[in-house]
Formats: sequence, C-alpha cells, structure tokens
Amino acid sequence: MSTEADRAENIGKFSIRGAQASDVAAVTGIDTRITSHSKPDYWADMFERYGNRTNRFFLIAEDQENTVIGFIIGEVRAWEFGSKPSGWVFAMGVDPENRLNKVGTTLFDAMCDCLAKAGVDTVRTMLARDDELNMTFFRSQGMMGGPFIQLEMPLGNDGH
Amino acid sequence: MRLQKATQCALFAVVELARDSERQISAADIAEKFGISANHLAKVLRDLARARLVESMRGAGGGYRFCGNAKRVTLYEIVVLFEDIDTHDAGFPETGEDPDIGHALNNVMTEIEQIAVSTLKSITLTTLIKQMERSSH
Repeated sequence: MSTEADRAENIGKFSIRGAQASDVAAVTGIDTRITSHSKPDYWADMFERYGNRTNRFFLIAEDQENTVIGFIIGEVRAWEFGSKPSGWVFAMGVDPENRLNKVGTTLFDAMCDCLAKAGVDTVRTMLARDDELNMTFFRSQGMMGGPFIQLEMPLGNDGH
Repeated sequence: MRLQKATQCALFAVVELARDSERQISAADIAEKFGISANHLAKVLRDLARARLVESMRGAGGGYRFCGNAKRVTLYEIVVLFEDIDTHDAGFPETGEDPDIGHALNNVMTEIEQIAVSTLKSITLTTLIKQMERSSH
C-alpha cells in the first residue's frame, strides 16, 4: 500500500469517488482497451449490483478534466467454505495511458479503506495464474497467497 | 521446489545489493553476511553479471552493485538462471504397460510447478524488499 507521501503527491492529479451510472461507458472503454473485448451489458449489470450499495463498492479514479482513468469493484463476502467475512476485490482496471502514476495503488487503498470501514480485516482476490500484470500489482500492495485455493474441473466428464 | 545452493546464493546476493543499488559490496562481505561459500558466491556473481543483474566495480572500495530495475526484475528471473524449470513435464515416465500412473503423477507435479513459477514471476525485488521492511516493523 502507498505511503502518506505518495498519497500527498497524487492529490490534485486525480481523485477517487463512487461510480455513477454515467461512468459505465468509460469503464467499458477502459476494460475494452485492456482486454480487447467490449462488454457494455456486463459493466451496466456491475453498476446495478455494486454501485451505491451497502458493503459493495464500485470506485472510480477521475483526472482533473473529469475523465475516468480507472476503476475498482469489491464487496464484503461471508462464510464461503468457512471463511469469516472478508473483503473481495474482483474487478480493476487502469487506463493504459495512466499506468505507473499510482492510480491503481490509490484505487486499491481507497477500496481497502471502504472494506475496513465495513468491518472486515482481510482483503482477497483471485487471478489467473498467468496474469502477471495484475498478480505483480496485487503482490506489490502486500498481498500474498492465502489459506484458500481455487479448484476447478470441466463439466460433462465422468458422469458430472 | 527446493532451490539449489547456487540459486540461494544468487537470491541472497541480488536482494542484498538491490536494497541499495548505489552501494557496492564485495563478494567476501556478502558471503560472510549470509554464511555462504565465497568461492561459490564468486561464480554465482559472474553468472548474475552475465545476466546484467549485477555489475562488478573495480578500484578502491570496489565490489558488486545491482544494475537492474528492482521494480521489474522478479524472483523468477534470478531462479531460472540456476534451476532447470519445466512446467510441462515432471519427469515421471508415461510408458510401459500402465502409463496412467505416470501421467497422473506428472499432472500433480506440473500443477505444483506452475503455481511455484507463477508465484516467483509475481514477486519483484521491490515487492520482496517492501515485504521485508513491513515484517521488520
């Protein structure tokens, strides 16, 4: 997580706020630039489910010209396979032209603040093993392997 | 994954040098600090220099210093210089009358290897150094 000096340095360059319905197009645009897949319906649904909700957080980074340059979505989840309530971050994106300006770090810090205020003391996420960009980012924030492990199997084999 | 002595020496040396890239440290000082063989370390440092991760400085007060980008260099880039990493074949034979056992064991070992590799690829030197600083406070 960033130091106080880092945070002070970024004041005025961009700000963090809750998402509004009018941000969905910009969020879709950032995600499309990162993934090369346009998913406007998915992001509209994300806003419906996570915008302005209790214990669900959809945050936006906006520059001085009110351009959306990043977003992060997270929530408090509870009691999945014995896990006590914890924070989950499951979507994040920073406009590629604004990377290395601590936009991601500031968004993550803001999300951690929201989650801590919601009463949880741990934040988790799940990433593809080969997603080196996001894996390196979350590691740099201090995240490490946790006590849960993701398992999967193809459906349709062995009578399932 | 149990790392070879050379890999351990390389990780100690690179992390120690990357903590302050302006500082030059002799191989003897690094070896003494971590209780490792100076001869062994000298060879490892030559390999690290060839990989452009450290450079040798001549003259009075000379020694080695880190010359990579600590925000970009991951633990994997150091480990792979000294370890034979294969994330597709763990080496169990899949031949003979019952190749299924070898195949199943290769699948398990490959999964473990892939997790280890992705972990090493996700930790930069800066991240590791920050982690050390956090745990020492």
